[in-house]
Amino acid sequence: MAQAETKPKSRPISPHLGIWRWGPAMFTSILHRVTGNGLAFVGLGVLLWWLYALAAGPIAYDTFAAHAGAWYGKVVLVGLTWAFFNHMASGLRHFVLDIGAGYELKNNNLWSVLTPLLAVAATVATWTVILLK
Amino acid sequence: MGNGTSIGRVRGLGSARHGAQHWLVQRYTAIGNLLAGLYLLFSLVGLGEFTHKALHAWLSKPLPAVMVALFVVSTFWHARLGLQVLAEDYVHEEGNKFAVKALLNLFAFAGAAFGLLCVVRIALGA
Repeated sequence: MAQAETKPKSRPISPHLGIWRWGPAMFTSILHRVTGNGLAFVGLGVLLWWLYALAAGPIAYDTFAAHAGAWYGKVVLVGLTWAFFNHMASGLRHFVLDIGAGYELKNNNLWSVLTPLLAVAATVATWTVILLK
Repeated sequence: MGNGTSIGRVRGLGSARHGAQHWLVQRYTAIGNLLAGLYLLFSLVGLGEFTHKALHAWLSKPLPAVMVALFVVSTFWHARLGLQVLAEDYVHEEGNKFAVKALLNLFAFAGAAFGLLCVVRIALGA
């Protein structure tokens, strides 16, 4: 009977830990993870605080609104809007990749660069509408 | 003595045939986040007024209340799955991994329950 070898065969490892270079897909993938986890920790926290303040009444809501309207609150809200759009755009890109499309090098690079740019554009558009209204 | 047979070494290490479930639910909830999230975004931008009075009145209507409730469920579920991957990738010690995942489940369910209660309270006019 075939005996199992004691040592594992040396097999090719990819991506290699030491041999790699930056590519657009890598950047978009990292942004997807960063924005996703940022939305989970910060975004859901703000969502709960907002819902709690709305349910608790005008005084609790004033506290929330004071923080949200301060400079750091605005930074967080604009940041969350960007994270939402970025995660949404790269998430939609994932749906396309899931059906097996978009792996050609040129297309893959193109959409890897476009998704973060679209997210920035959507963030600017959203806040322009909010602030001009 | 040998090291067992080749088949013996790999038995039990293969697919348990439920690995796709996590991946699929991550996609299902992503669709939920997309629909409910865009609804929330367009509603708030359309409302354009962020006072307690205006938002409370908006959230006491049936459709916004249901959509925000669904948004809470979908996002917390999606976040639970995503953070689980984060723990599996970066927490290497088995005991710590179990602890992190146990805490994650507690926070995900508690957060979703709290959010839902707030929405229900507003929607039912309390």
